[in-house]
Amino acid sequence: MFENLTDRLEGVFKKLRGHGILTEENIKDAMREVRMALLEADVNYQVAKSFVDTVAEKAIGAEVSKKLSPGQQVIKIVHEELVALLGDNAEPLKLDGPQPAVVMLAGLQGSGKTTTAAKLAAQLKQQGRRPYLVPADVYRPAAIEQLQILGERIGVAVHPATTEENPVDICQAAFQEARLNRYDTLIIDTAGRLHVDDQLMSELERIQATIAIHEILFVADSMTGQDAVTVADAFNARLEISGVILSKMEGDARGGAALSIKRVTGKPIKFVGVGESLDALEVFHPDRVASRILGMGDVLTLIEKAEAVVDKQKADDIARKLKRSEFTLEDFLDQIQQIKKMGSLEQILGMVPGINKLKQLKDAPQPDERELKKTEAIIYSMTPSERRNHRIINASRRQRIATGSGTGVADVNRVLNNYGAMLKMLKKMRGKPSMISGKKRRKIPKGMRR
Amino acid sequence: MLGWFRQKRAKPSSPEAPEQAPETPAADAERANEDNDDGRVGQSPPSTKGHNRQTKQESAPAAQSFFGRLATRLSRTREALGRRIDDLFHGRKEIDADLFDELEEILITADLGIGTTTDLLEHARSCVKRDKLSDPQALKALLKEELIHYLNGPRPHEELTLPEGSPFVVMVVGVNGVGKTTTIGKIAKKFQQSSRSVLLVAADTFRAAAVSQLRIWGERNKVRVIAQQEGADPSSVVFDALTVAKKEHYDVVLVDTAGRLHTKVNLMEELKKTKRVMAKQLDGAPHEILLVIDATTGQNGISQAKLFHEAVGVTGIALTKLDGTARGGIVVNIARELHLPIRFIGVGEQIDDLRDFDPDEFIEALFVDHNTNGGRSKP
Repeated sequence: MFENLTDRLEGVFKKLRGHGILTEENIKDAMREVRMALLEADVNYQVAKSFVDTVAEKAIGAEVSKKLSPGQQVIKIVHEELVALLGDNAEPLKLDGPQPAVVMLAGLQGSGKTTTAAKLAAQLKQQGRRPYLVPADVYRPAAIEQLQILGERIGVAVHPATTEENPVDICQAAFQEARLNRYDTLIIDTAGRLHVDDQLMSELERIQATIAIHEILFVADSMTGQDAVTVADAFNARLEISGVILSKMEGDARGGAALSIKRVTGKPIKFVGVGESLDALEVFHPDRVASRILGMGDVLTLIEKAEAVVDKQKADDIARKLKRSEFTLEDFLDQIQQIKKMGSLEQILGMVPGINKLKQLKDAPQPDERELKKTEAIIYSMTPSERRNHRIINASRRQRIATGSGTGVADVNRVLNNYGAMLKMLKKMRGKPSMISGKKRRKIPKGMRR
Repeated sequence: MLGWFRQKRAKPSSPEAPEQAPETPAADAERANEDNDDGRVGQSPPSTKGHNRQTKQESAPAAQSFFGRLATRLSRTREALGRRIDDLFHGRKEIDADLFDELEEILITADLGIGTTTDLLEHARSCVKRDKLSDPQALKALLKEELIHYLNGPRPHEELTLPEGSPFVVMVVGVNGVGKTTTIGKIAKKFQQSSRSVLLVAADTFRAAAVSQLRIWGERNKVRVIAQQEGADPSSVVFDALTVAKKEHYDVVLVDTAGRLHTKVNLMEELKKTKRVMAKQLDGAPHEILLVIDATTGQNGISQAKLFHEAVGVTGIALTKLDGTARGGIVVNIARELHLPIRFIGVGEQIDDLRDFDPDEFIEALFVDHNTNGGRSKP
């Protein structure tokens, strides 16, 4: 959907004759592209503006490296600045001091507070703490029940509250209860509220005044647009938040809101929510979001996605077969099915850096789901012996396969040709098995499953 | 759902009528009743041309009515943030580069996106040059016209018709936390006010307590809710519900689906299946597939709309949470790209806080100057 920033900048510098050195003039053009990329990623207008100014200043003063093209050099500076801005290291929760420690979650409606509260409790429990969930949302129908169910699932106690009670009283009672039962961490799930709702905002202030709170975490939806800044700023002004949790990051949002919120509030992003399962809460990685904001592809996510669906055993199997050129049509079918499991073709391609350049070509092949389906159908219409040995597929067999799969002989021929070409290519690659086996094993992020 | 053709009727006869007073639920119900007798529903497709002519005279009262209606909620917004409501174009003598810069900021800050904003301003610049415009008010009219054009698309939106003798089935879809269940509660109320029998269907069997949440809305409205236990197959819930709806002759069936990120292939497949099951059980169902978009959503909204549209064929959009400071400009992008009608806006948590979408008012609200905020966000 978005162009790669690298490609854009390369374009800017190529346009200039002399193949580009960093001058004030071409930096200005480059900054326009950077600004566009930031705005497309939902970085706040003002934040983008001031960010670009900072980068321009650095770029003009930068030493010209021989290894990098001007475009790459600018990207490098932008990336560094983004990471610097988002914070270098993960900031852990600060739960020291008088116990029980209290963590309060606040945010707009639907930002994911209740789910996040449960995820956080599960994580703290794993770390050996004794968390106590406090449902302080008496407004949304069934919100308390939701937290109770989640608490049961993760084996964390939930304070018994009812909608008749006042949230401030609930928190106070829960605090006493925690002391009695030696829970060491209270996690308060507050109701979603608008930052402009004075009454509800002052309710949070009253909770703050009643019990000593260690961490006030602002939960923000990563898909939020320009308004993220206004909201975060308002919550911070009233409550002096201590950190931010970015929810729903497993989608394709570019996460510009993260940058804006960090810049405006100065508060660290501590966690990101990456799925609906209750262990899908991760410590925030500034560098990954930086790449994502710039549209530089998200290779890490792609690898993770692939690992989440690819069966390790099968992959090793295929790697071995490839080595011995035993890659049959059956294996080909397997591969197609695994690709389909990863998501839509366009989506997968979107994560590959530089793919946009390819898309701009006139006769670039368009990713077509139907082609995959057709290929699948054709292979399914072959007999097992045909799948294992494609050489026996003669004209009459082709005719039968075409009829069986509801396609034409030409389609069958194309599949066979593609397969043949692939075999040829594989032969060339023989001797370099490392290219295809993918031995390195990485942890599969839990959020990828549900 | 009823309202969106109510406008259509009210407007041509007396364009000012719906704007006279803040709407009370009672008046709402009355009008909905009247209009619903013909059994037709559809978006008000104000013909682009007719609107353009009216734009100028209407702009002032429209602005007032929008703020009038949302006054209670929105006034506190502005007080709280110290915002100054100021028409950007007011008090300007000429069209200059500064005005365009400010316009850019306003449009982008309203989440219209850099692409649409650039196109819009390019168009405006060329018109200004061609027609030698110098009056900022004329520029405003021009922008509004183009925005309305984006919202309405090349051809008028199809009207929906309540099917004769069989239930009208609405499937509500969207990503997590946009306000699907709340919207359903409000729509149910609207239909009830026009004495239609409503059946709610809890097809969100995944999220904890989602079924209870809908049940509570059902109790508030005194509407029957069809549900199964958590973790049930949503298709099976829908199948049962439509069986009941057909047998007991319900007029309207509202199906609440689980929130899902548009990038999750398996969950989108589940949604497709739910839709297929409906179609099998009842011809033509679902008659409306309503995509709920949160007004705070940024450019990701396009991706949401595209993928949901690809999967199940969205037929309308509800824009929720417009009572905050977000202006929901992303729907302009969505409407422009996918040619989908925007049916409702949600302006609060109360059961009556659902309004019909009025492009004119919506666009007027986009241009509200928010400059006082600009300074604060500068680091």
